[in-house]
Amino acid sequence: MAAEKMALAKAITESLRTSLEQDSKVLVMGEDVGKLGGVFRVTDGLQKDFGEDRVIDTPLAESGIVGTAIGLALRGYRPVVEIQFDGFVFPAYDQIVTQLAKMHARALGKIKLPVVIRIPYGGGIGAVEHHSESPEALFAHVAGLKCVSPSNASDAYWMMQQSIASDDPVIFFEPKRRYWDKGEVDKTAIPGPLHKARVAREGSDLTVVAYGPMVKTCMEAAAAAAEEGRSLEVIDLRSMSPIDFDTVQASVEKTGRLVVVHEAPVFYGSGAEIAARITERCFYHLEAPVLRVGGYHAPYPPARLEEEYLPGLDRILDSVDRALAY
Amino acid sequence: MTVESTAARSKQPRRSSSKRTSSPKKKAAAKKPAGDPGLVQLLTPEGERVEHPDYAIDLTADELRGLYRDMVLTRAFDAEGVTLQRQGELGLWPSLLGQEAAQVGSARAMRDDDYAFPTYREHGVAWVRGVPPENLLGMFRGVNNGGWDPNSNNFHLYTIVIGSQALHATGYAMGITKDGADSSVIAYFGDGASSQGDVAESFTFAAVYNAPVVFFCQNNQWAISEPTEKQSRVPLYRRADGFGFPGVRVDGNDVLACLAVTRAALEHTRSGQGPMLVEAYTYRMGAHTTSDDPTRYREDEERKGWEAKDPILRLRTYLENEGLADEDFFASLEEESTALGKRVREAIRTMENPDEMAMFENIYADGHALVDEERAAYAAYQASFAEEGN
Repeated sequence: MAAEKMALAKAITESLRTSLEQDSKVLVMGEDVGKLGGVFRVTDGLQKDFGEDRVIDTPLAESGIVGTAIGLALRGYRPVVEIQFDGFVFPAYDQIVTQLAKMHARALGKIKLPVVIRIPYGGGIGAVEHHSESPEALFAHVAGLKCVSPSNASDAYWMMQQSIASDDPVIFFEPKRRYWDKGEVDKTAIPGPLHKARVAREGSDLTVVAYGPMVKTCMEAAAAAAEEGRSLEVIDLRSMSPIDFDTVQASVEKTGRLVVVHEAPVFYGSGAEIAARITERCFYHLEAPVLRVGGYHAPYPPARLEEEYLPGLDRILDSVDRALAY
Repeated sequence: MTVESTAARSKQPRRSSSKRTSSPKKKAAAKKPAGDPGLVQLLTPEGERVEHPDYAIDLTADELRGLYRDMVLTRAFDAEGVTLQRQGELGLWPSLLGQEAAQVGSARAMRDDDYAFPTYREHGVAWVRGVPPENLLGMFRGVNNGGWDPNSNNFHLYTIVIGSQALHATGYAMGITKDGADSSVIAYFGDGASSQGDVAESFTFAAVYNAPVVFFCQNNQWAISEPTEKQSRVPLYRRADGFGFPGVRVDGNDVLACLAVTRAALEHTRSGQGPMLVEAYTYRMGAHTTSDDPTRYREDEERKGWEAKDPILRLRTYLENEGLADEDFFASLEEESTALGKRVREAIRTMENPDEMAMFENIYADGHALVDEERAAYAAYQASFAEEGN
């Protein structure tokens, strides 16, 4: 079967549909995921086809959604939970961090918690506050959780199914500003491992690491840099926990320079972890300190300022220049 | 496992010694429960059987002795927990002293296929479910953070964060409905937890999805130092009203009433009528935990008042007055209590510290590259000492 072209959001819908078809234990639950199909229409049509029993409109209570999903998982179900927006996950943070992440270990491995928590995240859509945040580091910091984020439709399709198949809790960060970006999805392909990074563009002068919504921006930056004769290698991390450091290391050993880009604030962000680990692994290969580009230590700004806050082409290229200047 | 809880033994038919205790029914016909008319009571603090229009119970002598035995052994085990903490064998122990009837009565109402979601104080429930008592000690000794397979006895792990388990219980109950099963769930929590958002959300979810879950609130009057008045303006059982399901207050020191009310509540959930709230009105006779000092916030007079309502004493009075148990029974139970204490002491003293590599185990079901890396690094670090030693 030939590859189909579809939007990233649609690829997730298709993926959920496949999972619901293949495993009767898979449930989709969240606010407005039923009749409405979710505020981003990611669950569009699923309730109609699979019924209210499997595609569940929940009360408006995030802790309740995740807490009951844990109970359903204990009963043998595989709930896929939607948190409507990034900034709304915090009422559920206690259940995720205190309960979901630790329960497998507390039971000495006797029980499994195959819960997927979908969070549309990131800015760039001109939203009101609490609708544009990037809280991935707050989850990646927690042992017991896995965190992934697709950057394109094909990855969205496969990574969602792999996350549902995982026996561990997975926080699935969906780059909401890329929901409508179309890409090729080959449903007959054999996907690579869920937590493996992908070299999105090969280059020789400098490595750029990004994930989710920033991959596209970094690809554009690499194209612009190429016009100036600079060869950037772009790595799509795909997984923020665990991180495929081997792929990043191999690239940095080749290029000698690394810039990490994410929308989340730089301070204590995943870029800090990547910088520290890569510095340790590649100390003698580095020609410049690892630089980070991301949000500032400020509340996510009002929409009219977000273009200043978010890493864009110019800020990424500025850091590339600084790294190359060493 | 050699677990001798009465529940485990109760799988054998026990009709042989079925001396029915129906006589109190007649005797009590004229009697009304004392005190709060909203409080379901079937056995007064003085050990007299009374009737309640909505909650009847008819137990054999054997069953009554079984309830008594469960409460006595639970108390003995609990006392051992306090002692072991004082001796430095445990880091902490939350005593259930005074709440034996609420726990044994409610747990004895459950079927094997029902599921209990406890707080960290449900030692009596654990006993009735057949969880080996030794298993409860691991987390308080610091050798694990939970330590048993919840599915072995349909008894979930102890939950320390207040009220979180009410949502797990509700989700589990939602799963039962999806499976088309007629099992039910009990969510245990306390008066303090009634203020938690998770408990309120679990009420909402259970009501909306008509989930077969009994919310069993042991109101032991104190959330560490805060009295129930700091949690609620209304009696806790009335919290259910606003969520659209029934709530009932039961004398939590009356094991017969706790059994009868919980049985009825479980049947209510099984019959597809949705959740029910039971408030077991009881008293925490001891400190919140072995780290707590109740003399700083409550009067001893209050405690003394509750001593007269002791759950074990009143059933003993009843058994003796009705001739349902003889001296041999009480004497052999005392021996059994002593033996249980000894068994627990021996278990704790032979409980080995976990292997140092255990902290890297069971974090993920499918593994995690960082955990593998850190485990290997730690092992290499440890091995470096051995090399130095050589």
